[in-house]
Amino acid sequence: SYELQYFSNRTFQSFYPYGNSNHIEVETERTFTYPMDIKLTFKNHRTSVAFGQRDGIFVGQTLLSVNGIPVEENRIRNEKLDDVFEFLSKPENYPVTCRFGRARLESNENLAVGSVFYSVFALASQLSPELHSSGIQYLETETFKLHCLQTLTGVKFFLISDPKLQGMDVVVRKIYELYSDYVLKNPFYSLDQPIRLQPDL
Amino acid sequence: MVKQVRQISGVSCTVQLSKRILSDRIVAGTVRIHGPNFFWLKRRSQLDNARKMSRQTARIADPKKVNSELFTLTYGALVSQLVRDYESVDDVNKHLERIGYNIGIRLIEDFLARTNFPRCHDMRDAADKIQQAFKLYLGLSPGISNWSNGNEEFSLTFESTPFAEFVELPDSCSNLKYGNILPGVVRGACEMVQMEVQSWIIQDTLKGDNITELRIRFIKKLEDAIPAGED
Repeated sequence: SYELQYFSNRTFQSFYPYGNSNHIEVETERTFTYPMDIKLTFKNHRTSVAFGQRDGIFVGQTLLSVNGIPVEENRIRNEKLDDVFEFLSKPENYPVTCRFGRARLESNENLAVGSVFYSVFALASQLSPELHSSGIQYLETETFKLHCLQTLTGVKFFLISDPKLQGMDVVVRKIYELYSDYVLKNPFYSLDQPIRLQPDL
Repeated sequence: MVKQVRQISGVSCTVQLSKRILSDRIVAGTVRIHGPNFFWLKRRSQLDNARKMSRQTARIADPKKVNSELFTLTYGALVSQLVRDYESVDDVNKHLERIGYNIGIRLIEDFLARTNFPRCHDMRDAADKIQQAFKLYLGLSPGISNWSNGNEEFSLTFESTPFAEFVELPDSCSNLKYGNILPGVVRGACEMVQMEVQSWIIQDTLKGDNITELRIRFIKKLEDAIPAGED
C-alpha cells in the first residue's frame, strides 16, 4: 500500500491515487451498551478515542458515525445536529452503534504537514556534518517509509509506502516522469497550482 | 487524410496529406492557413537515407516519437499566424521568444526526469547538457564552438534546423527571426535550474548564412532559488 504526496517549491499540496484504491482503511463498528466503556475526547476538530482499547478499537481513532449517521467534528449530522457527547451520555439512546476509524487528513492539514516537512527537509541538510548534503531522502518508521525525491528545479515528491516494499525510489522517479508528461504538458495547467488529476480509468 | 493539429498557443492548422507511405513520411503536402501565405512549401520527394534509418530505429526505442515534418508544419502555422496577428516583425520575434520561454520552463522537468542528470557546475558542463537536449527533442547534434575567454559564452551551430525546412522568408519578413523560439526555450529551461542565461540567434540559414548559430551567455546563478540541500 502506498500514498503519494507532491509538494512544489511555493505551494504545499498533495494528491492521492485516484479513489485511493491502495490505501487500507481500517474501520471497526461496535454496538455499545450504557455506560460506554471507551473515553472519547474532542480535539483538532475530531472526536477521537482517548482511552480504552478493545475489539479492534484503538486510542487515537476517530469516531466516524453513530448509528450509521456520520459524525462531523463533535456533531452528529442528523436534523437536530446532536452533540456527540450529550447523545452518548443519555442512557435512553442505548444500545448505540459506533464506527471508529482513522480519519483522513483534510486539505488544510495536508498543507500544514507539507510546509512543516519542507522546513524539516531544509533543516536536515543544514544539520549535516558533511558539506553538500541533500535533504531527507527517506524517513523510516515502524509502519511506513517515506521516500522523498527533490528535483533540480526544487519540486519534491513524497511517496509513503509500506516499509517492507523495495524499489520505491524507482517508483518515485517514474512518478516524476509522469508528472512532466501529463501535468506539465497540459497547456491549461499553470505552474505551482494544485493538480487535478482525472485518470482515464 | 486531414489532421487537426493543436498548438500550445491555441493556433490550429489543417494539414492535408495527399499521400502517405509506409515509412510515415509525407510525400507531398499542403498546409492550409487562412489568409495570405507567407511561407511556401517546397515539395520534397527524397529524404536522405541516414535520417530515415535513424528515425526508424529510434521509433522502436521511443513510442512518443513523431514525424518531424508535422512539427515543422505546425510551427510554420504558428509563425505565420503571429506574423498576421502582429503589426511589426519585432513583436513577432518577442512573442516567439516568450512562447519558447514558457515551453522551456516545463520542458526542463521532462528532460531531467528522462535523463536523470546531476546539476551542472560550469558552463562547459551546461553546454554539453544543452547539446544532449537538442539530440533528445529535435534529433539534432549541434556543434559547440566559439567559447569566450571566460568560458561563459558559447555557440551552438546547426547545419539545418527542423523548423526551417520548407521555409523561405518573404521580403516583407526580412528581419523576422524565424527560429526565435529556441533562445526562449534555452532561457526558460536554464532559469528553472537556477541559471540565468541570455540567448540569441546570430546566424541563420534562412538569411543566407551557411549555418544557424545560437549564442548562449551565462549571466548569473540565481542563488535565492536554489533548492534546500544544494547550496
